[in-house]
Amino acid sequence: MVKTLREMTEQAEGLSSGHSLCAGCAESIIVRQVLHAVGQPVVVACATGCLEIATSRFPTTAWNVPWIHSAFENAASTISGVEAAYRALVRKGRMPEKNIKFVAFGGDGATYDIGLQWLSGALERGHRFIYICLNNEGYMNTGIQRSGATIQGTWTTTTPAGKVVPGKPEWRKDLTAIIAAHHIPYVAQAAAHAWKDLETKVEKAAAVDGPAFINVLSPCTRGWRYDPSKTMEISKLAVETRLWPLFEVENGVWRLTYKSTAPKPVTDWLKSQDRFGHLLRPENEHVVESIQRNVDREWAWLQRQCSLATVTA
Amino acid sequence: MTLKASERRRARSATGRAVAINGATLVAHAMRQIHPDVVACYPITPQTIITETFSEFVANGLVQTEFVAVESEHAAMSVCIGSAAAGARTQTATSGPGLALMWELLWVASGSRLPIVMHLCTRALSAPLNILCDHSDVMGARDTGWPILFSEDGQEAYDNAIQAVRVAEHPDVLLPVISTQDGFTITHGIERAEILDDASVRSFVGEYSPHRPLLDVEHPTTYGAWDYHDFYFEHKRQQADAMEKALGVIEAVGQEFGKLSGRSYGLVQPYRLDDAEFAVVVLGSAAGTLRSVVDDLRSRGVKAGMLRVRVLRPFPTKAVAEALAGVKVAAVLDRALAFGAPGGPLFEDVCVALTTNGVGPRLVNYVYGLGGRDTLPAQFLQAFEDIRRIAKGASAQPVVRYLGLRES
Repeated sequence: MVKTLREMTEQAEGLSSGHSLCAGCAESIIVRQVLHAVGQPVVVACATGCLEIATSRFPTTAWNVPWIHSAFENAASTISGVEAAYRALVRKGRMPEKNIKFVAFGGDGATYDIGLQWLSGALERGHRFIYICLNNEGYMNTGIQRSGATIQGTWTTTTPAGKVVPGKPEWRKDLTAIIAAHHIPYVAQAAAHAWKDLETKVEKAAAVDGPAFINVLSPCTRGWRYDPSKTMEISKLAVETRLWPLFEVENGVWRLTYKSTAPKPVTDWLKSQDRFGHLLRPENEHVVESIQRNVDREWAWLQRQCSLATVTA
Repeated sequence: MTLKASERRRARSATGRAVAINGATLVAHAMRQIHPDVVACYPITPQTIITETFSEFVANGLVQTEFVAVESEHAAMSVCIGSAAAGARTQTATSGPGLALMWELLWVASGSRLPIVMHLCTRALSAPLNILCDHSDVMGARDTGWPILFSEDGQEAYDNAIQAVRVAEHPDVLLPVISTQDGFTITHGIERAEILDDASVRSFVGEYSPHRPLLDVEHPTTYGAWDYHDFYFEHKRQQADAMEKALGVIEAVGQEFGKLSGRSYGLVQPYRLDDAEFAVVVLGSAAGTLRSVVDDLRSRGVKAGMLRVRVLRPFPTKAVAEALAGVKVAAVLDRALAFGAPGGPLFEDVCVALTTNGVGPRLVNYVYGLGGRDTLPAQFLQAFEDIRRIAKGASAQPVVRYLGLRES
C-alpha cells in the first residue's frame, strides 16, 4: 500500500521548490511527504505561519494544488467550508464526485493555542479532512516565542532564560491525546525523519470517512539553534529520547509504531540544541530532572493506553 | 422566543401571497428560496429564529443546502470563506457580539472578493450586556469592505436578502454583502408581508457561476496569498473600486426587483422632501414612526420631510446631498455612539456628503434608541421642534444630542 521512494519521486509535487522556507526546515519535507501520500485531487488550507508566509508571497505561489489561507486560527473551519461546499455541490449535481481529499496545515501555535477551538469544532462535526500539525515547538514565524507545545526549560524570546526564571516554566499540553479524546477515526504522532511511518499514517488518514489528525514534529533550525544539516538527526533523537513517541490511535485503538530498544536520556536531546544551553549549567539540574520525569510519565501513560487498547480491542 | 408551531406551519405554506409573519422568519424563507449551497450559522439572540427556521427547512428536506452548525460566529465566517472560495453560494446570519467576533474575517472575506451574504439582526454590544436593538454592531463592520443594506421592515428585509445575492455576485462587485434588519423590532415583530413564489426568486437570483473556485482542481488557484508593500495598496484600491461600482449595481438590482415584485428600491428613500425646510435623516425601522411624525407636522403646515438611507456602504453621497440640498436644518439620527468622535457614524457621513457636494443645511445629531430603548413620536417631534428653533436663530450647540435619555 505504501508508496516506494521511487514512486514518490516520480509524482508531481504539490509544493514546488522556490519557496522561501529556511535551509534545514523540516516543514517543506513533511508537506511534500504528506501530499505524496494523499495524492491528487487535493485541496489544501493553511493557517498563518512559516509555511503559509514562505510559500505564498503575491504574485508568486509555491502551490501546484488548490490552496487557501484565511487567518491564523481557522484553518480547520476554512477547510470545513471547502469540504461542505464539495458535499453540497455534488449532492446538488453541480459537480461530479471526484474523491477530492482535504488537508489543513497549521503550526503548533495555530493548533495547540489559538486554533484549538476551531479544530475541535471541525472534528466534532465530522468533516472529512486531514489536519496536519507542523509542530516546531514554538511560534517561529514571528520570532521564537513560546507556545503550548514548548517544553519546560526551553529558551524562547517570551520565555527567556534569565537570572531568576530558567526558560519556560511549564511543561507542554498533550495535544495528540486531547484530539484523540474527540474519538475521531484516526489520530497519530509522527516525525519528519521517519518518512515511511509518516506516509503510512497519512495514507490511513486519507482512507477514513471523517476527520483525521497527525501531529508531526518539525525541527526548526532557527528556533532550536542547531546546524541546518542536522534536521533529520535531531528529529530522530526526539524519538530515541522518548520526548516524541511515534504512535497512532486508529478507531480508538492506541498503538506504538516505533519502540526503541535502547532509549536515550533527555540530556542527549538537550545537548543537541542551543535553545537548551542554559539547562546544562549545574544550577538548572532540577529543570533537566523535571523534563526527564515528564517524559517518563508521558511514556508510562502512553504504554498504559496502548496495553489497554490491546485488551479491549 | 420563536414562533408557535401553528404560525410556523402557516409561514411554511405561504408563498406568493400576503401573510402575517416576523422579519427573521421572512429572511429564513428568502434563504430557502435562494437555496444557497452552504449556510454556516451560530445561534444568537435575536438572530436565532433564522438559524432555527432554516435548520427546520434542512431537516425537512425543503432545501439541499449543506447546513454547517458551527461552534462560534468566527467559525461560521471561516466556513463561509472556505465554502465561497470553493465555489459554493454561501450565506450566514448573526447579531451584535456574533458580528463582533467575526470582525477579523469580514476583512478576509471582502479582501478575498468572496460574494458571501450575511443577514444581520442588529443588536447592541456589551458592556453592559444588552440583547436588544441598536446599530453599534453594524457600525463596527462599516469599514470592512462589505456593502451594507438597511431594511425598514420585514418586507424589505426579505426583499433585500434576495437582492443582496445579485449585488454580491455581480462581476463588477464580487464583494460580500450585509443585509440588516433591526433586532426585535423587525426580527420578532409580526407584520403583513408578501412572500414571492419560489420559482420567481430562484430565477431572479439565477444560477451561480463562481470565479476561480478552489474545487476546480484541474486549474489550481491560490487564495489568501500575502502581500508586501509592493502590492497590498493596489489590492485595497481594487476593493475600493469594486465598492464604488456596487452603488450602481445596488440601484440597478433594486429597479429590476421592482419589476418582479412591484417594490422598487433605490439608494435612499426621500419622504415629503421636495419642498421641505426641516428634515431628519435615519437608518432602519425608526423610519416608520418618523413618517407619521412628518405627516403630523405637514398637517399643521410645517414643511417637514425625512430621508431614509437604505445603503450605508457604499455611502450614497450624491443622492444624500441632492435630497437634502433645499433643506434649512436637518437632524441626523444615529442609533449608535462613536465615542469621542465629532458625531455619530451616520452624522459624519452626512456631513461629508453635504460638504463635498457644496450644499449646506445646518446639521445636528441625535443619538436615540440605544440598547432597545423605545423612541416615541413625541421624541422625534422634539427633534423637529429643535431644528425649527435652530432655523430661527437658536444655537446648534451641542451638535450631538440625545433623544429619550434620562439625564438626571
